[in-house]
Amino acid sequence: MSKKKEIDDRFKRFGTVSYTSVTKVNDFIDQLDQGKVMGTRCVDCGLVFFPPRADCYKCLASNMEWFAIEGTGKLVTYSKLKFAPIGFEDDLPYSIAVVDYGDYKIFGRIASDIPDEEIQMGMALKTAANKLPNGQLNYVFTKA
Amino acid sequence: MSKVAIVGVGQSAFVRGYPGSIRELAFEGFKEAVGDAQISVSDIGASIVCSAPEYDKQRSPSGVFAEYLGLTPQPTFYLESLCSSTSMGLRMAYSLVKSGLHDVVAVLGFQKMSEISSAESQERMGRGADIQWESPFGTMMPAYYAMFAQAHMEKYGTTLEDMALVRVKSATYGQVNEKALFRKPVALESFSDPEHFMSGAVSSPLRVGDCCANADGSSCLIVASEEKARSFSQTPIWILGLGAASASVNMSGRDLFTGLAVARQAGEQAYKMAGIQPKDVDVAEVHDCFTISEILAYEDLGFASPGEGKDLIKGKETYKEGSIPVNVDGGLLSKGHPIGATGGSQIRTIVLELRGEAGEMQVKDPEIGLVHNIGGVGLYGTVTILGRD
Repeated sequence: MSKKKEIDDRFKRFGTVSYTSVTKVNDFIDQLDQGKVMGTRCVDCGLVFFPPRADCYKCLASNMEWFAIEGTGKLVTYSKLKFAPIGFEDDLPYSIAVVDYGDYKIFGRIASDIPDEEIQMGMALKTAANKLPNGQLNYVFTKA
Repeated sequence: MSKVAIVGVGQSAFVRGYPGSIRELAFEGFKEAVGDAQISVSDIGASIVCSAPEYDKQRSPSGVFAEYLGLTPQPTFYLESLCSSTSMGLRMAYSLVKSGLHDVVAVLGFQKMSEISSAESQERMGRGADIQWESPFGTMMPAYYAMFAQAHMEKYGTTLEDMALVRVKSATYGQVNEKALFRKPVALESFSDPEHFMSGAVSSPLRVGDCCANADGSSCLIVASEEKARSFSQTPIWILGLGAASASVNMSGRDLFTGLAVARQAGEQAYKMAGIQPKDVDVAEVHDCFTISEILAYEDLGFASPGEGKDLIKGKETYKEGSIPVNVDGGLLSKGHPIGATGGSQIRTIVLELRGEAGEMQVKDPEIGLVHNIGGVGLYGTVTILGRD
C-alpha cells in the first residue's frame, strides 16, 4: 500500500454487474480469480457462512477464517430466465439456482454448458469459479 | 382494551403512465379516503407515507405529500418494506393510535413505476433482494418466484394449468373492478396458445400470464381510535389481528421453497391476536404478484394443507361463491401492482367487503376478512385480520 489512501474496491469485479465495490470480504474476489470459491467460518463458535461474511451474528465476533466450497450439493430449485433486468441482456438465457450443501446453501447460476434436459431437481452439482466474457468473475454450478 | 378502526379507504385507479406527478397521484387516493371517512383533513394527527424507493426521483416523499395534502405541521414520516409497505404502515398506524400518541393517522401508499422502463424496473426490483451476493447474477422478481413454482410443482405436482386457473379467476373479477388495470377476460386456452402473449416465457416455469404488471397508483387508509371511530363512522372496521415477519434476504438462507415462511409466521400471529382460525375467514385478499404466489398463500394461511392449494382453485373454492373467496377484486394480477400502493388497495377491498359496499365484487355477508401482503421474495410479510361490529 502506498501512503496515499487507496480504496480497496475489488468487489466491483463480482458478477455481470456488481452493485458493491467495498466489503470486508474482498479477498473472496482474489480467491475466485485463483479458481476457488470460499465461505467463512466463525473461529469462535464454528458457524459457517455462505455467502461469506466478516461478522458473526451469533457471537458478535469478527474472527473469521476462510474455507473452500468443495464436493457436491443438491439442486434445490432453479429457473431459466428469458427476460433479463437491465445490464444482463447479453447473458440471456441463463438459469439461477439454489444448491444445498447441508451445512449451507449457495445461490448462483447454473453453468450454461449443461443442457436444459439434463437439469433435474435434486441432482448433484459442484460450485466452480467462473470468468465472464466481460472480464468479471462469478461462480457457477457445474456437473458433478 | 380500546380498539383501533379503519374509518376511511381510498385508492386511485391503477394505470399505466399516470398523467401527473407523485403528489398528484397521492392526492387521488387521499381525497377518496378522507371523503369516505367523512372527516376533515385537520382531523388527521399524523401521516405515514409508504412506497419502495428509486422508481421516481423524490427523496423523502412524506414531506412533499404532507405539504400538498395539507397535512403540515403534523408529523409525517416514510415507511418502506417493498411491496408490503402500506400494510406495514397500517401496523405502525395501529401502534401510534393504540399508544394514544395520535387519534387519527393517515397511511398513504403510492408508486409511480412508469417513470422508468420495464427492464429498469426489473433491475430495481431485483435490487430489492441481496445486492451484494444475488443481484450480480442478474436476478428479478419473476425468476425468484419461478424457483418457488418449480419447487412446488416438483414436490406437490402443481401444474402450469393450476397456475393459469388463478389468472382466469383474477380476470373474472378484474372485469368488474373499475380501478383495475386489466379488465378483460382471460381464457385458460391462451396459456397453451404459443401465439398468445399470455403464454410467453418470462422465467421458467412462469409465463407472462403468471405475472402481475407494473402500474402507477396510490391508496390511503384512515386509521382512528375507537372513540374517534364511533364519532366519525356508522361502520367502523376494526383491526382484530396483526402479524408481521421477516426472512433471510438471500435465498441461500431459506429452508422453505414450497411456501413463504413469513406468511406462515405472520398468519399465526394474526390468527392468535384475533382469536380466530383460518376457517373463520369469510373473504381474503392475498399477495398474488404471481399465480404461484396465490397458491402458496392458500397453503401458508391455512385455507388448504401444504400441496393442496391447487385443489382450491380447481374446485373454484376461492371464487366469490366458494368456501373461501380470495382476491375477488382481481388481485395484483388484474389490478396491476404499484408496489407501495398495493397493500392499501388490498385493505380497501376487505373494508368495502365487510361494510357490504363492494358492489359487483361483494361476497355474501362477510364478518371477518384477511389481508396477506408480501414484500420482496417472502422477505417481509404481513397478515391483517379485520372485522365489523
